[in-house]
Amino acid sequence: MLWCSLLLAVPAFAQDGDGADGDGGAAPAPAQGAPAGGLSTDEAVIASGKEIFDANCKQCHAVNEKVVGPALAKVYDRRDLKWLINFIKYPQKVIESGDPYAVALYKEYNQFMPNHDFLKDDQIVAILSWVKKETDNPTITAGPAGGGGTGGASAEDSNTGGGSGVLTAVVVVLAGLLVVVLAVLALLSSVLVKYLQKEKNFSEEDREVLEQKVNWGKVFGSQAFLGIVSFIFLALVGKVTTESLIGVGIQQGYAPTQPIPFSHKLHAGQYEIDCKYCHTGVERAKSANIPSANICMNCHNAIKTTSPDIQKIYAALEKDEPIQWVRVHNLPDLAYFNHQQHVKVGGLECENCHGNIKEMEVVQQASLLTMGWCIDCHRKTDVNAKGNAYYDNLVQLHNSSSKQPLKVEDIGGLECSKCHY
Amino acid sequence: MEETNKVYWKGIEELTNDSEFVKHAEKEFPDHLTINDTYGDNSDQTNRRDFLKLMGFSVAAVSLASCEAPIKKAVPWLNKPEGMDPSVANYYASTYMDGSDYCSVVVKTREGRPIFVEGNTFSSISRGGVSALASASVMSLYDIEKATGPTAKGKATTWAAIDKEVLAQLSQISQGGGQIRLVSQTVMSPSTQRAINDMAIKYPGFRHVQYDPVSAYGLLEANKRQFGKPFLPSYAFDKAAVVATIGADFLGTWISPIEYTKQFQATRKVGKDKKEMSRLYAFESIMTVTGASADYRATYKPSQEGLVVAKLYNLIAQKEGRATVATPDVKVQWLEKCAQNLLANKGKALVVSGSNDVNVQLLVNAINEMLGSYGTTMSLDQPSFQKAGNDAYLAQFAQELANGTVKGVIFYNCNPVYDHPLGTTLEAGIKKAALSVAISDRIDETAAACQFHCPDNHYLEAWNDAEPRKGMFSLAQPTINQIFNTRQAQQSFLIWAGSTANFYDYLRETWRQLQAYQETEKEFEMFWNRCLHNGVFEPTFAKPYISIFENGAVVEATAIDLAAVGAEVAKAYKASNQGTELVVYPKVAIGTGSQANNPYLHETPDPISKACWGNYVSIPMGMAKSLGFSQSETQVNNARVKVGNQEFTLPVLIQPGQAADTIAIALGFGRKNAGKVANEAGGCNAYPLAQVVGSVRYSRDAGVTVADAGSKDKLAQTQTYQTFMGRKSIIQETVLASYQKNEKAGRFIPLITSYSGEIDPKEVSLWDLRNDGYGNAQEKKQSDYQKTLFNNRTDKRESDVFEYPNHHWGMVIDLNSCTGCSACVTACHIENNVPVVGKKEVINRREMHWMRIDRYYSSEGAPRDYDALMIASDNPEVVFQPMMCQHCNNAPCETVCPVVATTHSSEGVNQMTYNRCVGTKYCANNCPYKVRRFNWFKYHDNPEFDYNMNNDLGRMVLNPDVTVRSRGVMEKCSLCVQRVQAGKLKAKVEKRRPVDGEITTACATACPAEAITFGDLNDVNSQVSKLLDHEIKARAYNVLHEIGTRPNVWYLTKVRNRDQDKA
Repeated sequence: MLWCSLLLAVPAFAQDGDGADGDGGAAPAPAQGAPAGGLSTDEAVIASGKEIFDANCKQCHAVNEKVVGPALAKVYDRRDLKWLINFIKYPQKVIESGDPYAVALYKEYNQFMPNHDFLKDDQIVAILSWVKKETDNPTITAGPAGGGGTGGASAEDSNTGGGSGVLTAVVVVLAGLLVVVLAVLALLSSVLVKYLQKEKNFSEEDREVLEQKVNWGKVFGSQAFLGIVSFIFLALVGKVTTESLIGVGIQQGYAPTQPIPFSHKLHAGQYEIDCKYCHTGVERAKSANIPSANICMNCHNAIKTTSPDIQKIYAALEKDEPIQWVRVHNLPDLAYFNHQQHVKVGGLECENCHGNIKEMEVVQQASLLTMGWCIDCHRKTDVNAKGNAYYDNLVQLHNSSSKQPLKVEDIGGLECSKCHY
Repeated sequence: MEETNKVYWKGIEELTNDSEFVKHAEKEFPDHLTINDTYGDNSDQTNRRDFLKLMGFSVAAVSLASCEAPIKKAVPWLNKPEGMDPSVANYYASTYMDGSDYCSVVVKTREGRPIFVEGNTFSSISRGGVSALASASVMSLYDIEKATGPTAKGKATTWAAIDKEVLAQLSQISQGGGQIRLVSQTVMSPSTQRAINDMAIKYPGFRHVQYDPVSAYGLLEANKRQFGKPFLPSYAFDKAAVVATIGADFLGTWISPIEYTKQFQATRKVGKDKKEMSRLYAFESIMTVTGASADYRATYKPSQEGLVVAKLYNLIAQKEGRATVATPDVKVQWLEKCAQNLLANKGKALVVSGSNDVNVQLLVNAINEMLGSYGTTMSLDQPSFQKAGNDAYLAQFAQELANGTVKGVIFYNCNPVYDHPLGTTLEAGIKKAALSVAISDRIDETAAACQFHCPDNHYLEAWNDAEPRKGMFSLAQPTINQIFNTRQAQQSFLIWAGSTANFYDYLRETWRQLQAYQETEKEFEMFWNRCLHNGVFEPTFAKPYISIFENGAVVEATAIDLAAVGAEVAKAYKASNQGTELVVYPKVAIGTGSQANNPYLHETPDPISKACWGNYVSIPMGMAKSLGFSQSETQVNNARVKVGNQEFTLPVLIQPGQAADTIAIALGFGRKNAGKVANEAGGCNAYPLAQVVGSVRYSRDAGVTVADAGSKDKLAQTQTYQTFMGRKSIIQETVLASYQKNEKAGRFIPLITSYSGEIDPKEVSLWDLRNDGYGNAQEKKQSDYQKTLFNNRTDKRESDVFEYPNHHWGMVIDLNSCTGCSACVTACHIENNVPVVGKKEVINRREMHWMRIDRYYSSEGAPRDYDALMIASDNPEVVFQPMMCQHCNNAPCETVCPVVATTHSSEGVNQMTYNRCVGTKYCANNCPYKVRRFNWFKYHDNPEFDYNMNNDLGRMVLNPDVTVRSRGVMEKCSLCVQRVQAGKLKAKVEKRRPVDGEITTACATACPAEAITFGDLNDVNSQVSKLLDHEIKARAYNVLHEIGTRPNVWYLTKVRNRDQDKA
């Protein structure tokens, strides 16, 4: 099963590689002849090695630290290439054959690595080449690599946050100023009144004006005042009601407690496990898929096996009862949403709609998920038309009459039956 | 219509201009019908206070509900199976078989449950077509009233207990020298036949008896006598220029209608490069879809059938200088012309007969021999195995059962107590047997009489194979786990034969033998996987091959004495019979009644009578007149029908085109044990009305009386409302000779008088949507790509239509090909989650079908008096017109919606947004095509509509990509937008434009006549574009062109291959 799912995962990544850089696929070929005793230093090979490593090995291995399996630094010095290839492909067989080094490894880690016989020899060489490169001069990944995607987003966040902060400050300052001005005015008027009261030679009329008292009772009782107050009251009630009614069903910020407190912050953030590793449907289906338990087991058959929460997965598998996660994103049935369209075709990042998932300890609904929110994005977003022959004629036609880039709305992205049928 | 003064009418009441009909004709929503029923979710009376209370309550409820989000669970797989992804459909090739009904299919599954059955284009038999029965069969899988596990004498038991008991009894009977029978319908599965043969080897007194509810024994027996081969010939209607049918409804119900329709339609297409078409003569007693498609049609009484065939034989034999047979002469219109035509097309002619009389079929064989049909349009070298029922064996079996000779009997997927004339005899006999086992999907009429019931898997849950024609194999694979505790019948046979083999391995063993007949795959697994993928295996036999069905069946041929045959025919038939005669016949959508609990099938209107839910007695106009019967929407008469000593009451339907003094009752109804849906449909069981005279005859010429029962009833008929008020541009037709002279023949081109003379309606417009001065500025503005767009390509004056820059979906329906078979209606019903509304609601004109097939009768002149009317309804011509949302470019519905719930897309599709609709019904009122359907009830959650949508099992058939509509919204054909969107996405993912054919609608895939072509009109290479580019100047027309709606659905004129003498 484990093997199956790994196998499933591979083609997805392999395709990615092919798509990303045209010659990436061809690059390992020259390495084939080279690695009689050594590893390749070809940049392309190393790059492809990293890709294969990320897709298949990263879950359990790191270069300089022990994760589930041993640290890989200098592994090419410890064992020869032939042994390594054999071991990576069929670890259990090698251990069972009684190879002392392998047996020692097994004793230390107390588990088998799954067979990786789907990897080609030159792919393994590529991985090792990358490991050698990493051992010799490690890439500094502290901030930029992990923060590359999220950093941008958070910067944007703070920007908009800053914007609204300035506005608040201005309002507060203005309000303060207003209070001061009012106070000064009141002071001035009281001083003036006091001063005038000392004056004796006033006419009757002037005195009346001077000693005039505001009849507050009359003011409060007046129709105009009551009218204004009740209007304001009704307007406020109306506003609150309308807003709360509009808000019915909007679950932004909804973060239910899950049966197993799975942390995206840990998995996607800290360990940088690709979203697609678990959410397998995101590029090929309408539904992104909540991962099945066997995907958890790819790693957790070895990692943190004693944790009571991980034990819940084992229990589920044992009892043959699927884990009942609580659904966070609830689109109504009348709306059709397809992940493949948005991620694979549109080229959107998961964070676009799901927010900064890498920071979420408990997943919450980051976006509004209202129709207005969808429409808004369809108005603003450019069609990912580059290199997609489907759009060629449309882009050409659009460009002939407009200087703006082709937006989703220009190709019917606001039409009802794109989402409702 | 240029040359005729034809009158088109949908029903008798329209023809007679019944005053009540006229009064209500214009009303789409019928106030005159008594519709006050509450149906559970509609309270009878709602006053203002109630409304306010409800209003207050719902506001409170909504605010409360908003406090806490309802918790929804997301439950993933524990171990996700490879190749299965939630929300991604998988397709599996399989085979639909129900008795002798065969269709190679592709099953669409979602999340592991089959939801749609479409045709398999790899099969050279069904060639991608389906029938209403095959397409609705997916619903029968989710029938909640199926048996849930094995039972013994009515009590639930285990398979082990049943096996123990059955094995013990079988051995005991066999050791005591007793007889054992396995009764089944036609078995065309080689592996099943092998398993049955294994049982025969194990138990000496074992014999396999096959019968067919609608038998073709006469034909089988004729071929056995004449050629020594008791098989059906394989027909090639596609090679015939002239076809004559005498009572064989080969486009509707006879033997293999999908196959024949596929073949036949190829000869009916006319177009740019083909100005010839075949000619069909139909002689029949009742109006069938074959008769409706015929160029020349005439009626005869059932008592004349043999004489009609004999006369045709004589007419041809005389010319051929052969001996004629001495039979009384019978006068049937067109018969002489038919004989002439057939003779003139020797080697390209074919005569088929639906008679079950051996002698008649021998005459038909003789006619085909004279016409040189053998080896050209028909062949026994590669016979069809689709019918093998032997009426004589079954009659003998009934006798043996009654007299106690047969001690043990197993019924395999058959229900003779219900569907055989000897049903009651059998029912009594079964009880005498020491062992009686029934294998069927539910405790049906036969199983109720048996001791043991062993529920069989549905075909979508089982492995199986088929050999419908010699050397053409087909595989069936399970597409879902067993829903109930059922077991595949073949597995039971193996166990009862004492084998421990698994049927899957056993099946593979059969196919291992077949591997030798092909060269490509050397390894069995490769061969097996290829067959499984393709669903069919059709080798070209390099080495001789003998089918398991031929083993021992082929006998010595005998010389046929035609004079003796003629004498027999003369004896059995009468040229002028007095008195009423009866025909019992299978319906296109109900078939033999085996799927009688399938609501989709009951809701599919009969192509001819447009009646659904239940059977009725159809009588010709003349009889209706003499009996004083009339017909209106609100009520019909009930008739007391007496056949021999059987008597029952049925509603009367006056059927134009039925033979004089002949009444007809459909088979497949009146099921007692099928379930709630079958009970709602009701009707009477017509099988006992057939008689056994050597073979089963589906007619009676004596002892039939019809009388007024004195009561009235309602018929669920969908035809008479939604009339087009006699407008001329609905149906356009011509005859072949005129068409050959002028491709526009028969076209009605409406013109509007304007200041500049008479102009085409579409030249008149208020709008200049493209701001190009009505197309005047087009030339200089357009890019190369724009010039290829359909609207720019075909018509310079389309400026009041938006430009569709991407796709422009369109549909062309060839009226010449459509046979009215209704496969499209059923397919649409299933694909789009259209609710079933039931009998009562159909009567209330509230059926929900997004697609209907309008059936128009036509006759010459305008009949005013009763006599002329009788002539008109005697033998009218028929045109079928599939009608669904026309997706008008200038849609009347769109402009009247106050909430903009129905809008136009940039792909030319009229979109209906349910969540926006508030149910004003303005759109429906304004739709000139009457294709919008209002959702009156919460059909998916209302026990009053206890069909599939109201139980969890039945809901599994729903298409997850289509919204289940709620009460109070309008709905209509969406041009299968879910399929369009899915197809576009696939293309985008693969970074290319969609390829023509990969995006199609449910109706277009289903159509066995290939009458519906769907595609992107903007794609110059698409089939629909190529078709329309030519036909727009020839046969293509829009219905109601004069009102300027500019539909995206075109119709091609019907062309009849008639001589011009009488159009």
